[in-house]
Amino acid sequence: MQPTIPDVVQTIPLPYYIWFASALFVIGIVGVLTRRNAIIIFMSVEVMLNAVNLLLVAFSAYRSDPAGQVFVFFIMAVAAAEVSVGLAIIVMIYRNIQSIDIGLLNRLKG
Amino acid sequence: MDSTVFIVRSIIIFVIFGITLLIATYSTYAERKVAAFLQDRLGPNRAGPFGIWQPLADAVKMFTKEEFIPAQANKWLFIAGPCFAMLTALMASAVIPFGDTVQYEGQFIAVQGIDINIGILWIFGIVSLGVYGVMIGGWASNNKFSLLGAIRAASQNISYELAMGLSIIAILMMSGSLSLRDMVNQQATPFLGVSGLNWNIFYQPVGFIIFLTCAFAECNRTPFDLPECETELVGGYHTEYSSMKLGFYLFAEYINMFVSSAVISALYFGGFNFPGQAWVASLLPAGALGHNLLTSIGVVVFFGKIFFFIFFYMWVRWTLPRFRYDQLMNLGWKTLIPLAILNIVVTGAGLLFDFKPATWLIVIFVVVLAVISAAQPRKTMRPQQSTV
Amino acid sequence: MNVNYIWYFLTFLTLVSAIMVVVVRNPIHSVLYLILTFFCISAHYVLLNAQFLAAVNVIVYAGAIMVLFLFVIMFLNLREYTAESKTNLVKLGAAVLGGVLLVIIVAALRSMQIEPLNKATYNSQVGMVESLGKVLFRDYLLPFELITVLFFVAMVGAVMLGKRETGERNF
Repeated sequence: MQPTIPDVVQTIPLPYYIWFASALFVIGIVGVLTRRNAIIIFMSVEVMLNAVNLLLVAFSAYRSDPAGQVFVFFIMAVAAAEVSVGLAIIVMIYRNIQSIDIGLLNRLKG
Repeated sequence: MDSTVFIVRSIIIFVIFGITLLIATYSTYAERKVAAFLQDRLGPNRAGPFGIWQPLADAVKMFTKEEFIPAQANKWLFIAGPCFAMLTALMASAVIPFGDTVQYEGQFIAVQGIDINIGILWIFGIVSLGVYGVMIGGWASNNKFSLLGAIRAASQNISYELAMGLSIIAILMMSGSLSLRDMVNQQATPFLGVSGLNWNIFYQPVGFIIFLTCAFAECNRTPFDLPECETELVGGYHTEYSSMKLGFYLFAEYINMFVSSAVISALYFGGFNFPGQAWVASLLPAGALGHNLLTSIGVVVFFGKIFFFIFFYMWVRWTLPRFRYDQLMNLGWKTLIPLAILNIVVTGAGLLFDFKPATWLIVIFVVVLAVISAAQPRKTMRPQQSTV
Repeated sequence: MNVNYIWYFLTFLTLVSAIMVVVVRNPIHSVLYLILTFFCISAHYVLLNAQFLAAVNVIVYAGAIMVLFLFVIMFLNLREYTAESKTNLVKLGAAVLGGVLLVIIVAALRSMQIEPLNKATYNSQVGMVESLGKVLFRDYLLPFELITVLFFVAMVGAVMLGKRETGERNF
């Protein structure tokens, strides 16, 4: 490994990464708003988390500060924990109402 | 990059690719021969001398069989499944160090696809992707048996990946590097006065056993071939597959076997190092020729180790019966993972107090426990036999 | 520059596959597109010289989390998902909202000042295992320990939720 600056850091301006990550984040938001399948909503949340991860790594690489990448670790760990619990809940919901359409979950109202 | 380096690199990559395929092809032949040997039969002996053209005959048979896609299957995913399996199997061999460096026009070129400093993580990533081929294929077949096989494969692979990763961590703690080349080079130092014998197996016996077990499970080999066991699931995830698509699945299994054998030999058995290599190096002429000769001996030794492990896979296949599914899960989650964590803790303590072979204490402990439990009067499950 | 083309291609592929995740009706296809998205993001990490994170991203997201998703979808046997009960009006509204949000973010960030790259103090090794390990276990040790507690709690929670009580039906 040569101690050189990566090409991307030299030629691609940082705002490109910000726009890219924002677009990814917005795609995730639209997914959460439009879909009713609980699993797809979960996946949209994952897209949003990854947009944040990407931005953190980009900032970390442009400023050559490892703290940003350590934060990505924590986000990944939280995402893994979230998915394990969330999917368990989805399986439970499916067992109870034979569907994972969140529109059918209005019986949670008191 | 320099053009000669580039050309030599490309040649090395193509050779590794070709050798991977060749070894996988001849593993099918070897499997039949080993099976025949262990069962006191002859094995394939019709195609060519000793039947060595049998893989070609198999390939011709596979290619000319009817290509069948079930009507209710998801066509694209049905085709994509075997392709994924093959792709992920082939990608892993890129980072394996098959030999030391080759000296050519004053430059040292590593006999390795790519030397990235996260080699072992690359292998892990590829291995963890290997399950997609099985899952997608099994799901797209639209068959209950295939689906059950796919689900079994997924849960089995996830469970054993954990133990595998944990067993690797102990070895990473000792070597302090993620690059496979560094790890192999560290094993070149003398051990008990013999050069090139400082293998990790002498420090990590428990980790090796865990890794080997998990490698069997990851390759879906007997005794862990639950995803495709015929007696329960007809054919498992590849029930609906025919022709070369089936061939891809079977072939991917053999490639995985080759890659896992290579990883085991690189991590625990010194890779291309061999006992007494300093002595051999002193015999060879100095300069580029001697260096290259030593490298080629190392490559041959490495392949010898790989072949031994491939043979070991086959040996186990025809020796041990298949596990039951709950036994498989119990072994993975309740035995291997706690053992791997214990191994990490003991290795860490050993590094702290500068006593590297600390994990032998676990082995001694387990052996003592086994002896004590064997010495105790056996509580039989059978009813007491009445004395005549 | 060569790398620029790779960057644009990867970005395009990431965005398209992310859109497909949201648009496609079959959940399995959705999962596969999401895996593709994660791969592209890993490739971006490699371009940014964050090799370790790229590998971890593949192992954790593509290798573990997505397998879990696929596993659950197969387990519940969700085929073509047809009962999409949200109206077109809601979808249109969501799309407009998303677009507006994007415009707001971009507009808000337009006037920011970015420090130029300091080539003298730039350290290209930040993404390597050594530097990350040092930072993780020295500066962020407490969060690391807390994450392990979180994992433990999540594991217990998932096992408790998934446990079948006696007399419950088996799917």
